[in-house]
Amino acid sequence: MNEFNPASFIKLEHLSIDFPLFQLESRSLKKALFSKAGKIISGQQKQHQRTGAEIATTGNNDIVIQALRDINLSIQSGERVGLIGHNGAGKSTLLRAITGIYEPNSGHISSRGSIEALLSTNAGMNPLLSGRENIYLRGKRMGLSNKQIQTLEKDVEEFAELNEFMELPIKIYSSGMTMRLGFGLSTSVIPNILLMDEWFMAGDSNFQEKAKKRLVSIVNKAEIVVLTTHSLPILKEWCNRIIWLKAGQIIADGPTEEILNEYKHTMETDSLS
Amino acid sequence: MTLLTKINNSTMNSRYYQALIDVIEGFKLWRLAFSLGWFDIKLRYKGSALGPLWITSTSAAMIATMGIIYSSLFKMDLHEYLPFIALSTVLWQHGISTTLSDGCQCFLQANDTIHSIKLPFFLQALRTITRNAIILSFNLVIPAIVFYVFNIHPGWNALLSIPGFALWLVDGLAICLLLGCICARYRDIPQIINSFIQVIFYVTPIIWLPSQLKHHITYLVYNPLYPIIDVVRAPLLGQTLDLRVWAYAIGYSIIIWIAAGYVFIRARGRLAFWI
Repeated sequence: MNEFNPASFIKLEHLSIDFPLFQLESRSLKKALFSKAGKIISGQQKQHQRTGAEIATTGNNDIVIQALRDINLSIQSGERVGLIGHNGAGKSTLLRAITGIYEPNSGHISSRGSIEALLSTNAGMNPLLSGRENIYLRGKRMGLSNKQIQTLEKDVEEFAELNEFMELPIKIYSSGMTMRLGFGLSTSVIPNILLMDEWFMAGDSNFQEKAKKRLVSIVNKAEIVVLTTHSLPILKEWCNRIIWLKAGQIIADGPTEEILNEYKHTMETDSLS
Repeated sequence: MTLLTKINNSTMNSRYYQALIDVIEGFKLWRLAFSLGWFDIKLRYKGSALGPLWITSTSAAMIATMGIIYSSLFKMDLHEYLPFIALSTVLWQHGISTTLSDGCQCFLQANDTIHSIKLPFFLQALRTITRNAIILSFNLVIPAIVFYVFNIHPGWNALLSIPGFALWLVDGLAICLLLGCICARYRDIPQIINSFIQVIFYVTPIIWLPSQLKHHITYLVYNPLYPIIDVVRAPLLGQTLDLRVWAYAIGYSIIIWIAAGYVFIRARGRLAFWI
Protein backbone atom coordinates (compact mmCIF):
# COMPACT_ATOMS: atom_id res chain seq x y z
CA MET A 1 0.00 0.00 0.00
CA ASN A 2 1.29 3.44 -0.81
CA GLU A 3 -0.05 6.92 -0.50
CA PHE A 4 -1.61 6.85 -3.96
CA ASN A 5 -3.50 3.75 -3.06
CA PRO A 6 -5.09 4.23 0.33
CA ALA A 7 -5.77 1.22 2.50
CA SER A 8 -8.95 -0.72 1.91
CA PHE A 9 -11.57 -0.95 4.58
CA ILE A 10 -15.11 -2.13 5.19
CA LYS A 11 -17.33 -0.33 7.62
CA LEU A 12 -20.85 -1.30 8.61
CA GLU A 13 -22.90 0.93 10.86
CA HIS A 14 -26.19 -0.20 12.35
CA LEU A 15 -26.75 -2.40 9.34
CA SER A 16 -30.10 -4.17 9.16
CA ILE A 17 -31.44 -6.23 6.29
CA ASP A 18 -34.95 -7.62 6.02
CA PHE A 19 -36.07 -10.07 3.40
CA PRO A 20 -39.64 -9.56 2.30
CA LEU A 21 -41.53 -12.82 1.96
CA PHE A 22 -43.98 -12.03 -0.81
CA GLN A 23 -44.53 -15.67 -1.55
CA LEU A 24 -46.59 -15.94 1.58
CA GLU A 25 -48.81 -13.00 0.89
CA SER A 26 -49.21 -9.70 -0.93
CA ARG A 27 -47.23 -10.79 -3.97
CA SER A 28 -49.89 -9.74 -6.43
CA LEU A 29 -51.21 -6.29 -7.12
CA LYS A 30 -54.74 -7.53 -6.44
CA LYS A 31 -53.80 -8.60 -2.93
CA ALA A 32 -51.90 -5.40 -2.27
CA LEU A 33 -54.85 -3.29 -3.32
CA PHE A 34 -57.32 -5.33 -1.33
CA SER A 35 -55.18 -5.28 1.77
CA LYS A 36 -54.94 -1.51 1.52
CA ALA A 37 -58.68 -1.19 1.02
CA GLY A 38 -59.29 -3.50 3.96
CA LYS A 39 -57.07 -1.36 6.10
CA ILE A 40 -58.94 1.78 5.20
CA ILE A 41 -62.29 0.13 5.93
CA SER A 42 -61.31 -1.36 9.24
CA GLY A 43 -59.42 1.83 10.03
CA GLN A 44 -56.62 0.15 11.87
CA GLN A 45 -53.24 -1.27 11.12
CA LYS A 46 -52.30 -4.79 11.82
CA GLN A 47 -50.40 -5.08 15.01
CA HIS A 48 -46.67 -5.30 14.70
CA GLN A 49 -46.21 -8.83 15.81
CA ARG A 50 -43.14 -10.95 16.16
CA THR A 51 -43.18 -14.64 15.75
CA GLY A 52 -39.98 -16.15 16.98
CA ALA A 53 -36.76 -14.27 16.63
CA GLU A 54 -36.48 -13.41 12.98
CA ILE A 55 -39.86 -13.35 11.30
CA ALA A 56 -41.83 -10.17 11.67
CA THR A 57 -44.73 -8.33 10.12
CA THR A 58 -44.11 -4.72 9.15
CA GLY A 59 -46.60 -1.89 9.16
CA ASN A 60 -47.31 -2.55 5.46
CA ASN A 61 -48.47 -6.05 6.24
CA ASP A 62 -45.38 -7.55 4.61
CA ILE A 63 -43.90 -10.56 6.31
CA VAL A 64 -40.16 -10.19 6.53
CA ILE A 65 -37.22 -12.22 7.69
CA GLN A 66 -34.75 -10.14 9.60
CA ALA A 67 -31.57 -11.53 8.13
CA LEU A 68 -29.24 -9.01 9.77
CA ARG A 69 -29.99 -6.83 12.74
CA ASP A 70 -28.02 -3.79 13.78
CA ILE A 71 -24.60 -4.97 12.71
CA ASN A 72 -21.69 -2.72 13.60
CA LEU A 73 -18.43 -3.81 12.15
CA SER A 74 -15.18 -2.37 10.94
CA ILE A 75 -12.64 -4.39 9.00
CA GLN A 76 -9.23 -2.90 8.28
CA SER A 77 -6.59 -3.69 5.72
CA GLY A 78 -4.62 -6.81 6.60
CA GLU A 79 -7.44 -8.58 8.34
CA ARG A 80 -8.50 -12.09 7.35
CA VAL A 81 -11.96 -12.51 8.75
CA GLY A 82 -13.83 -15.76 9.13
CA LEU A 83 -17.60 -15.74 9.55
CA ILE A 84 -19.08 -18.59 11.54
CA GLY A 85 -22.55 -19.47 12.67
CA HIS A 86 -25.43 -21.79 11.87
CA ASN A 87 -27.04 -22.01 8.49
CA GLY A 88 -29.31 -19.01 8.21
CA ALA A 89 -27.34 -16.96 10.71
CA GLY A 90 -26.81 -14.29 8.06
CA LYS A 91 -23.28 -15.08 6.84
CA SER A 92 -24.05 -15.11 3.13
CA THR A 93 -26.37 -12.14 3.46
CA LEU A 94 -23.58 -10.20 5.14
CA LEU A 95 -21.22 -11.01 2.26
CA ARG A 96 -23.84 -9.97 -0.29
CA ALA A 97 -24.45 -6.75 1.63
CA ILE A 98 -20.74 -5.90 1.57
CA THR A 99 -20.65 -6.63 -2.17
CA GLY A 100 -23.54 -4.24 -2.65
CA ILE A 101 -26.05 -6.76 -3.97
CA TYR A 102 -28.38 -6.30 -1.03
CA GLU A 103 -28.89 -2.74 0.02
CA PRO A 104 -29.59 -2.22 3.71
CA ASN A 105 -33.02 -1.31 5.04
CA SER A 106 -31.31 0.85 7.59
CA GLY A 107 -27.74 1.69 8.46
CA HIS A 108 -24.72 2.34 6.27
CA ILE A 109 -22.16 0.30 4.43
CA SER A 110 -18.99 1.97 3.29
CA SER A 111 -15.94 0.39 1.78
CA ARG A 112 -12.87 1.32 -0.18
CA GLY A 113 -11.06 -0.92 -2.62
CA SER A 114 -12.08 -3.20 -5.45
CA ILE A 115 -14.30 -6.06 -4.35
CA GLU A 116 -14.42 -9.52 -5.84
CA ALA A 117 -16.94 -11.94 -4.43
CA LEU A 118 -16.93 -15.69 -4.86
CA LEU A 119 -20.50 -16.25 -3.84
CA SER A 120 -21.64 -19.16 -5.96
CA THR A 121 -19.97 -21.57 -8.32
CA ASN A 122 -21.71 -20.29 -11.37
CA ALA A 123 -21.27 -16.65 -10.31
CA GLY A 124 -23.65 -15.18 -12.83
CA MET A 125 -22.57 -17.35 -15.71
CA ASN A 126 -25.15 -18.12 -18.35
CA PRO A 127 -25.64 -21.91 -18.43
CA LEU A 128 -26.71 -21.87 -22.06
CA LEU A 129 -23.58 -20.16 -23.32
CA SER A 130 -20.26 -21.89 -23.88
CA GLY A 131 -17.31 -21.60 -21.54
CA ARG A 132 -15.54 -19.32 -23.98
CA GLU A 133 -18.56 -17.03 -24.34
CA ASN A 134 -18.93 -16.79 -20.58
CA ILE A 135 -15.28 -15.86 -20.20
CA TYR A 136 -15.78 -13.24 -22.89
CA LEU A 137 -18.77 -11.76 -21.06
CA ARG A 138 -16.86 -11.69 -17.80
CA GLY A 139 -14.05 -9.85 -19.53
CA LYS A 140 -16.49 -7.31 -20.94
CA ARG A 141 -18.01 -6.89 -17.50
CA MET A 142 -14.61 -6.08 -16.08
CA GLY A 143 -14.13 -3.60 -18.90
CA LEU A 144 -11.19 -5.44 -20.48
CA SER A 145 -9.98 -4.87 -24.01
CA ASN A 146 -10.20 -7.73 -26.50
CA LYS A 147 -6.52 -8.42 -26.05
CA GLN A 148 -6.87 -8.61 -22.28
CA ILE A 149 -9.85 -10.91 -22.73
CA GLN A 150 -7.62 -13.26 -24.75
CA THR A 151 -5.14 -13.38 -21.89
CA LEU A 152 -7.96 -14.01 -19.45
CA GLU A 153 -9.27 -16.78 -21.68
CA LYS A 154 -5.90 -18.48 -21.81
CA ASP A 155 -5.40 -18.21 -18.07
CA VAL A 156 -8.81 -19.59 -17.20
CA GLU A 157 -8.70 -22.26 -19.89
CA GLU A 158 -5.43 -23.53 -18.51
CA PHE A 159 -6.68 -23.59 -14.94
CA ALA A 160 -10.08 -25.11 -15.63
CA GLU A 161 -8.76 -27.81 -18.01
CA LEU A 162 -11.85 -27.60 -20.15
CA ASN A 163 -10.16 -28.46 -23.45
CA GLU A 164 -12.79 -29.12 -26.12
CA PHE A 165 -15.59 -28.33 -23.65
CA MET A 166 -14.67 -24.64 -23.99
CA GLU A 167 -16.97 -24.43 -27.01
CA LEU A 168 -19.90 -26.28 -25.43
CA PRO A 169 -22.66 -24.80 -23.27
CA ILE A 170 -21.97 -24.82 -19.54
CA LYS A 171 -25.18 -26.66 -18.74
CA ILE A 172 -23.70 -29.93 -20.02
CA TYR A 173 -20.54 -29.53 -17.90
CA SER A 174 -20.02 -31.76 -14.91
CA SER A 175 -20.32 -29.94 -11.60
CA GLY A 176 -16.55 -30.18 -11.24
CA MET A 177 -15.98 -28.48 -14.57
CA THR A 178 -18.44 -25.69 -13.77
CA MET A 179 -16.74 -25.18 -10.45
CA ARG A 180 -13.28 -25.02 -12.02
CA LEU A 181 -14.49 -22.52 -14.60
CA GLY A 182 -16.28 -20.37 -12.04
CA PHE A 183 -13.39 -20.51 -9.67
CA GLY A 184 -10.84 -19.80 -12.38
CA LEU A 185 -12.82 -16.78 -13.55
CA SER A 186 -13.43 -15.31 -10.12
CA THR A 187 -9.80 -15.70 -9.16
CA SER A 188 -8.34 -14.30 -12.36
CA VAL A 189 -8.02 -10.80 -10.95
CA ILE A 190 -6.58 -9.79 -7.63
CA PRO A 191 -9.04 -7.60 -5.75
CA ASN A 192 -8.39 -5.40 -2.72
CA ILE A 193 -11.23 -7.07 -0.89
CA LEU A 194 -11.98 -10.72 -1.42
CA LEU A 195 -15.25 -12.21 -0.18
CA MET A 196 -15.72 -15.97 -0.31
CA ASP A 197 -18.65 -18.20 0.45
CA GLU A 198 -17.91 -21.75 1.49
CA TRP A 199 -18.47 -23.50 -1.82
CA PHE A 200 -14.89 -22.86 -2.82
CA MET A 201 -13.73 -25.66 -0.59
CA ALA A 202 -15.91 -28.29 -2.22
CA GLY A 203 -14.77 -30.39 -5.15
CA ASP A 204 -12.43 -33.36 -5.45
CA SER A 205 -9.07 -33.41 -3.78
CA ASN A 206 -7.22 -32.82 -7.04
CA PHE A 207 -9.21 -29.64 -7.61
CA GLN A 208 -8.83 -28.55 -4.01
CA GLU A 209 -5.08 -28.76 -4.21
CA LYS A 210 -5.00 -26.75 -7.42
CA ALA A 211 -7.58 -24.31 -6.18
CA LYS A 212 -5.76 -23.80 -2.95
CA LYS A 213 -2.55 -22.84 -4.68
CA ARG A 214 -4.36 -20.26 -6.75
CA LEU A 215 -6.39 -19.03 -3.83
CA VAL A 216 -3.40 -18.70 -1.51
CA SER A 217 -1.65 -16.41 -3.95
CA ILE A 218 -4.75 -14.21 -4.15
CA VAL A 219 -5.54 -14.29 -0.46
CA ASN A 220 -1.98 -13.24 0.23
CA LYS A 221 -2.19 -10.31 -2.16
CA ALA A 222 -5.66 -9.10 -1.19
CA GLU A 223 -5.78 -6.56 1.60
CA ILE A 224 -8.95 -7.86 3.17
CA VAL A 225 -10.38 -11.34 3.05
CA VAL A 226 -13.76 -12.29 4.44
CA LEU A 227 -14.79 -15.92 4.18
CA THR A 228 -17.53 -18.13 5.49
CA THR A 229 -16.98 -21.81 6.14
CA HIS A 230 -17.92 -24.52 8.58
CA SER A 231 -14.44 -25.97 8.40
CA LEU A 232 -12.53 -25.08 11.57
CA PRO A 233 -9.12 -26.09 10.15
CA ILE A 234 -9.55 -23.61 7.30
CA LEU A 235 -10.52 -20.86 9.70
CA LYS A 236 -7.52 -21.64 11.87
CA GLU A 237 -5.16 -21.67 8.94
CA TRP A 238 -6.40 -18.57 7.12
CA CYS A 239 -8.06 -16.21 9.51
CA ASN A 240 -6.76 -13.88 12.15
CA ARG A 241 -10.19 -12.72 13.24
CA ILE A 242 -13.45 -14.59 13.69
CA ILE A 243 -16.93 -13.11 13.75
CA TRP A 244 -19.67 -15.32 15.10
CA LEU A 245 -23.18 -14.62 13.85
CA LYS A 246 -26.36 -15.87 15.37
CA ALA A 247 -29.85 -15.00 14.13
CA GLY A 248 -28.55 -11.97 12.28
CA GLN A 249 -26.52 -10.53 15.10
CA ILE A 250 -22.87 -10.61 16.05
CA ILE A 251 -22.50 -12.56 19.26
CA ALA A 252 -18.72 -12.76 19.34
CA ASP A 253 -15.87 -11.06 17.53
CA GLY A 254 -12.17 -11.48 18.24
CA PRO A 255 -8.94 -13.37 17.56
CA THR A 256 -9.28 -16.75 15.88
CA GLU A 257 -8.09 -18.97 18.70
CA GLU A 258 -10.25 -17.39 21.36
CA ILE A 259 -13.53 -17.34 19.43
CA LEU A 260 -13.07 -20.79 17.97
CA ASN A 261 -12.57 -22.28 21.42
CA GLU A 262 -15.70 -20.58 22.62
CA TYR A 263 -17.55 -21.78 19.51
CA LYS A 264 -16.38 -25.35 19.93
CA HIS A 265 -17.34 -25.27 23.56
CA THR A 266 -20.87 -24.06 22.77
CA MET A 267 -21.26 -26.64 20.03
CA GLU A 268 -20.29 -29.41 22.41
CA THR A 269 -22.61 -28.33 25.17
CA ASP A 270 -25.36 -27.87 22.57
CA SER A 271 -24.98 -31.41 21.30
CA LEU A 272 -24.89 -32.77 24.85
CA SER A 273 -28.05 -31.16 26.03
CA MET B 1 -17.29 24.79 -1.95
CA THR B 2 -19.21 24.39 1.28
CA LEU B 3 -22.37 23.96 -0.73
CA LEU B 4 -20.67 21.25 -2.76
CA THR B 5 -19.56 19.32 0.30
CA LYS B 6 -22.99 19.75 1.77
CA ILE B 7 -24.56 18.33 -1.36
CA ASN B 8 -21.99 15.56 -1.36
CA ASN B 9 -22.73 14.51 2.16
CA SER B 10 -26.48 14.58 1.93
CA THR B 11 -26.77 13.15 -1.55
CA MET B 12 -24.12 10.46 -1.50
CA ASN B 13 -26.48 7.99 0.07
CA SER B 14 -29.75 9.33 -1.26
CA ARG B 15 -31.69 7.08 -3.56
CA TYR B 16 -31.80 9.76 -6.27
CA TYR B 17 -28.06 9.84 -6.41
CA GLN B 18 -27.81 6.05 -6.29
CA ALA B 19 -30.27 5.71 -9.17
CA LEU B 20 -28.35 8.26 -11.22
CA ILE B 21 -25.08 6.43 -10.56
CA ASP B 22 -26.76 3.18 -11.58
CA VAL B 23 -27.75 4.64 -14.95
CA ILE B 24 -24.32 6.17 -15.55
CA GLU B 25 -22.50 2.97 -14.61
CA GLY B 26 -24.92 1.06 -16.83
CA PHE B 27 -24.07 3.26 -19.82
CA LYS B 28 -20.37 2.76 -19.15
CA LEU B 29 -20.92 -0.97 -19.59
CA TRP B 30 -22.62 -0.56 -22.99
CA ARG B 31 -20.21 -3.00 -24.57
CA LEU B 32 -21.28 -5.67 -22.10
CA ALA B 33 -24.95 -4.80 -22.66
CA PHE B 34 -24.45 -5.17 -26.38
CA SER B 35 -22.73 -8.53 -26.00
CA LEU B 36 -25.44 -9.76 -23.63
CA GLY B 37 -28.17 -8.67 -26.02
CA TRP B 38 -26.42 -10.33 -28.92
CA PHE B 39 -25.94 -13.58 -27.00
CA ASP B 40 -29.64 -13.49 -26.06
CA ILE B 41 -30.52 -13.50 -29.74
CA LYS B 42 -28.00 -16.22 -30.51
CA LEU B 43 -29.41 -18.41 -27.75
CA ARG B 44 -32.99 -17.83 -28.74
CA TYR B 45 -32.42 -19.21 -32.21
CA LYS B 46 -29.78 -21.79 -31.41
CA GLY B 47 -30.73 -25.14 -32.85
CA SER B 48 -33.29 -23.76 -35.28
CA ALA B 49 -32.48 -24.24 -38.94
CA LEU B 50 -33.55 -20.76 -40.01
CA GLY B 51 -32.07 -18.92 -37.05
CA PRO B 52 -33.36 -15.37 -36.59
CA LEU B 53 -34.94 -15.72 -40.02
CA TRP B 54 -37.49 -17.97 -38.42
CA ILE B 55 -39.35 -15.15 -36.72
CA THR B 56 -38.95 -12.96 -39.78
CA SER B 57 -40.64 -15.58 -41.96
CA THR B 58 -43.47 -15.93 -39.44
CA SER B 59 -44.11 -12.20 -39.57
CA ALA B 60 -43.90 -12.27 -43.36
CA ALA B 61 -46.56 -14.98 -43.54
CA MET B 62 -48.76 -13.08 -41.12
CA ILE B 63 -48.43 -9.84 -43.05
CA ALA B 64 -49.23 -11.55 -46.34
CA THR B 65 -52.42 -13.16 -45.02
CA MET B 66 -53.55 -10.09 -43.09
CA GLY B 67 -52.78 -7.89 -46.06
CA ILE B 68 -55.04 -9.92 -48.33
CA ILE B 69 -57.89 -10.35 -45.85
CA TYR B 70 -58.03 -6.80 -44.55
CA SER B 71 -57.55 -5.14 -47.92
CA SER B 72 -60.71 -6.91 -49.08
CA LEU B 73 -62.51 -6.23 -45.78
CA PHE B 74 -61.61 -2.54 -45.93
CA LYS B 75 -62.15 -2.54 -49.73
CA MET B 76 -58.70 -1.11 -50.27
CA ASP B 77 -56.20 -1.52 -53.03
CA LEU B 78 -53.61 -4.12 -52.07
CA HIS B 79 -51.00 -1.91 -53.70
CA GLU B 80 -51.82 0.80 -51.19
CA TYR B 81 -52.60 -1.38 -48.18
CA LEU B 82 -49.89 -4.04 -48.14
CA PRO B 83 -46.90 -1.67 -47.72
CA PHE B 84 -48.74 0.06 -44.88
CA ILE B 85 -49.59 -3.11 -43.00
CA ALA B 86 -46.14 -4.61 -43.59
CA LEU B 87 -44.45 -1.65 -41.96
CA SER B 88 -47.09 -1.21 -39.27
CA THR B 89 -47.10 -4.82 -38.16
CA VAL B 90 -43.33 -5.08 -37.95
CA LEU B 91 -43.04 -1.83 -35.99
CA TRP B 92 -45.80 -2.92 -33.68
CA GLN B 93 -44.78 -6.51 -33.15
CA HIS B 94 -41.02 -6.16 -32.91
CA GLY B 95 -40.94 -2.60 -31.68
CA ILE B 96 -43.72 -1.70 -29.31
CA SER B 97 -45.24 -5.04 -28.34
CA THR B 98 -41.94 -6.83 -27.57
CA THR B 99 -40.62 -3.83 -25.66
CA LEU B 100 -43.69 -3.85 -23.43
CA SER B 101 -43.61 -7.58 -22.75
CA ASP B 102 -39.79 -7.89 -22.51
CA GLY B 103 -39.67 -4.82 -20.30
CA CYS B 104 -41.66 -6.80 -17.74
CA GLN B 105 -39.04 -9.55 -17.72
CA CYS B 106 -36.11 -7.14 -17.78
CA PHE B 107 -34.95 -7.77 -14.20
CA LEU B 108 -36.75 -11.04 -13.55
CA GLN B 109 -34.86 -12.90 -16.26
CA ALA B 110 -31.52 -11.70 -14.87
CA ASN B 111 -32.19 -12.80 -11.29
CA ASP B 112 -29.27 -15.21 -11.24
CA THR B 113 -26.78 -12.54 -12.23
CA ILE B 114 -28.31 -9.93 -9.95
CA HIS B 115 -27.95 -12.24 -6.94
CA SER B 116 -24.36 -13.15 -7.59
CA ILE B 117 -22.64 -10.00 -8.84
CA LYS B 118 -23.06 -6.31 -8.25
CA LEU B 119 -23.94 -4.77 -11.59
CA PRO B 120 -25.96 -1.67 -12.44
CA PHE B 121 -29.62 -2.55 -12.95
CA PHE B 122 -29.73 -0.20 -15.90
CA LEU B 123 -27.45 -2.64 -17.71
CA GLN B 124 -30.39 -5.06 -17.95
CA ALA B 125 -32.54 -2.36 -19.55
CA LEU B 126 -29.79 -1.60 -22.06
CA ARG B 127 -29.44 -5.30 -22.81
CA THR B 128 -33.18 -5.72 -23.44
CA ILE B 129 -33.35 -2.70 -25.72
CA THR B 130 -30.22 -3.68 -27.64
CA ARG B 131 -31.68 -7.12 -28.23
CA ASN B 132 -35.02 -5.75 -29.40
CA ALA B 133 -33.43 -3.09 -31.60
CA ILE B 134 -31.39 -5.76 -33.37
CA ILE B 135 -34.42 -8.00 -33.87
CA LEU B 136 -36.48 -5.06 -35.12
CA SER B 137 -33.83 -4.14 -37.66
CA PHE B 138 -33.76 -7.75 -38.95
CA ASN B 139 -37.49 -7.63 -39.44
CA LEU B 140 -37.55 -4.29 -41.18
CA VAL B 141 -36.35 -6.34 -44.15
CA ILE B 142 -39.98 -7.42 -44.71
CA PRO B 143 -41.43 -3.95 -45.35
CA ALA B 144 -38.28 -3.11 -47.30
CA ILE B 145 -38.97 -6.03 -49.65
CA VAL B 146 -42.66 -5.11 -49.93
CA PHE B 147 -41.74 -1.50 -50.74
CA TYR B 148 -39.33 -2.72 -53.38
CA VAL B 149 -41.85 -5.09 -54.95
CA PHE B 150 -44.55 -2.40 -55.06
CA ASN B 151 -42.03 0.13 -56.25
CA ILE B 152 -42.55 2.61 -53.44
CA HIS B 153 -39.83 5.11 -52.56
CA PRO B 154 -40.29 7.11 -49.39
CA GLY B 155 -37.35 9.25 -50.52
CA TRP B 156 -35.23 11.42 -48.28
CA ASN B 157 -38.26 11.87 -46.13
CA ALA B 158 -37.47 8.43 -44.63
CA LEU B 159 -34.49 9.96 -42.82
CA LEU B 160 -36.96 11.82 -40.63
CA SER B 161 -37.75 8.50 -38.98
CA ILE B 162 -34.27 8.52 -37.39
CA PRO B 163 -35.23 10.95 -34.60
CA GLY B 164 -38.34 8.81 -34.20
CA PHE B 165 -36.23 5.71 -33.67
CA ALA B 166 -34.05 7.65 -31.23
CA LEU B 167 -37.17 8.54 -29.24
CA TRP B 168 -38.11 4.86 -29.26
CA LEU B 169 -34.74 3.87 -27.80
CA VAL B 170 -35.05 6.32 -24.92
CA ASP B 171 -38.69 5.42 -24.30
CA GLY B 172 -37.82 1.72 -24.47
CA LEU B 173 -35.18 2.09 -21.76
CA ALA B 174 -37.66 3.97 -19.59
CA ILE B 175 -40.32 1.29 -20.16
CA CYS B 176 -37.83 -1.40 -19.12
CA LEU B 177 -37.07 0.41 -15.87
CA LEU B 178 -40.74 1.14 -15.20
CA LEU B 179 -42.27 -2.24 -16.02
CA GLY B 180 -39.19 -4.16 -14.90
CA CYS B 181 -39.48 -2.75 -11.37
CA ILE B 182 -43.26 -3.08 -11.13
CA CYS B 183 -43.26 -6.64 -12.47
CA ALA B 184 -40.50 -7.67 -10.09
CA ARG B 185 -42.71 -6.59 -7.22
CA TYR B 186 -46.15 -7.65 -8.47
CA ARG B 187 -46.04 -10.90 -10.34
CA ASP B 188 -49.47 -10.59 -11.91
CA ILE B 189 -48.59 -7.45 -13.87
CA PRO B 190 -46.99 -9.22 -16.89
CA GLN B 191 -50.31 -10.96 -17.63
CA ILE B 192 -52.15 -7.66 -17.32
CA ILE B 193 -49.67 -6.03 -19.70
CA ASN B 194 -50.06 -8.85 -22.19
CA SER B 195 -53.83 -8.52 -22.28
CA PHE B 196 -53.41 -4.77 -22.52
CA ILE B 197 -51.17 -5.23 -25.56
CA GLN B 198 -53.88 -7.31 -27.25
CA VAL B 199 -56.54 -4.68 -26.65
CA ILE B 200 -54.43 -1.70 -27.61
CA PHE B 201 -53.46 -3.45 -30.85
CA TYR B 202 -57.02 -3.02 -32.08
CA VAL B 203 -57.56 0.54 -30.92
CA THR B 204 -54.29 1.77 -32.42
CA PRO B 205 -54.08 2.25 -36.16
CA ILE B 206 -51.91 -0.77 -36.93
CA ILE B 207 -54.08 -2.79 -39.29
CA TRP B 208 -56.38 0.09 -40.10
CA LEU B 209 -55.39 3.49 -41.43
CA PRO B 210 -55.82 6.63 -39.30
CA SER B 211 -57.76 8.22 -42.15
CA GLN B 212 -60.43 5.50 -41.87
CA LEU B 213 -61.60 7.11 -38.64
CA LYS B 214 -62.82 10.08 -40.73
CA HIS B 215 -63.99 12.90 -38.45
CA HIS B 216 -63.07 10.98 -35.27
CA ILE B 217 -59.41 11.26 -36.24
CA THR B 218 -58.88 14.18 -33.85
CA TYR B 219 -59.39 11.85 -30.89
CA LEU B 220 -56.65 9.53 -32.07
CA VAL B 221 -53.85 11.49 -30.40
CA TYR B 222 -55.30 10.59 -27.01
CA ASN B 223 -54.04 7.07 -27.59
CA PRO B 224 -50.37 7.48 -26.59
CA LEU B 225 -49.26 4.72 -28.91
CA TYR B 226 -50.56 6.46 -32.03
CA PRO B 227 -48.18 9.45 -32.00
CA ILE B 228 -45.35 7.24 -30.74
CA ILE B 229 -45.72 4.78 -33.60
CA ASP B 230 -46.36 7.51 -36.16
CA VAL B 231 -43.14 9.44 -35.55
CA VAL B 232 -41.36 6.42 -37.02
CA ARG B 233 -43.97 5.14 -39.43
CA ALA B 234 -45.17 8.30 -41.19
CA PRO B 235 -41.76 9.35 -42.56
CA LEU B 236 -41.08 5.81 -43.80
CA LEU B 237 -44.43 5.83 -45.62
CA GLY B 238 -43.37 9.05 -47.29
CA GLN B 239 -45.89 11.21 -45.42
CA THR B 240 -45.00 14.70 -44.34
CA LEU B 241 -43.97 15.35 -40.80
CA ASP B 242 -46.85 16.40 -38.60
CA LEU B 243 -45.49 18.56 -35.80
CA ARG B 244 -48.59 18.03 -33.71
CA VAL B 245 -47.97 14.28 -33.71
CA TRP B 246 -44.38 14.88 -32.65
CA ALA B 247 -45.49 17.20 -29.87
CA TYR B 248 -47.84 14.53 -28.51
CA ALA B 249 -45.17 11.85 -28.87
CA ILE B 250 -42.71 13.91 -26.84
CA GLY B 251 -45.36 14.78 -24.30
CA TYR B 252 -46.28 11.15 -23.71
CA SER B 253 -42.59 10.22 -23.61
CA ILE B 254 -41.94 12.76 -20.88
CA ILE B 255 -44.75 11.20 -18.84
CA ILE B 256 -43.18 7.76 -19.34
CA TRP B 257 -39.74 9.07 -18.31
CA ILE B 258 -41.07 10.73 -15.18
CA ALA B 259 -42.98 7.60 -14.18
CA ALA B 260 -39.94 5.43 -14.88
CA GLY B 261 -37.65 7.72 -12.90
CA TYR B 262 -40.04 7.84 -9.96
CA VAL B 263 -40.49 4.07 -9.84
CA PHE B 264 -36.83 3.23 -10.46
CA ILE B 265 -35.57 5.64 -7.81
CA ARG B 266 -37.90 4.10 -5.26
CA ALA B 267 -37.53 0.46 -6.27
CA ARG B 268 -33.86 0.14 -7.20
CA GLY B 269 -32.55 -0.63 -3.72
CA ARG B 270 -35.23 -3.28 -3.17
CA LEU B 271 -35.00 -5.03 -6.53
CA ALA B 272 -32.47 -7.63 -5.39
CA PHE B 273 -34.90 -8.70 -2.66
CA TRP B 274 -37.90 -8.85 -4.94
CA ILE B 275 -36.67 -11.03 -7.74
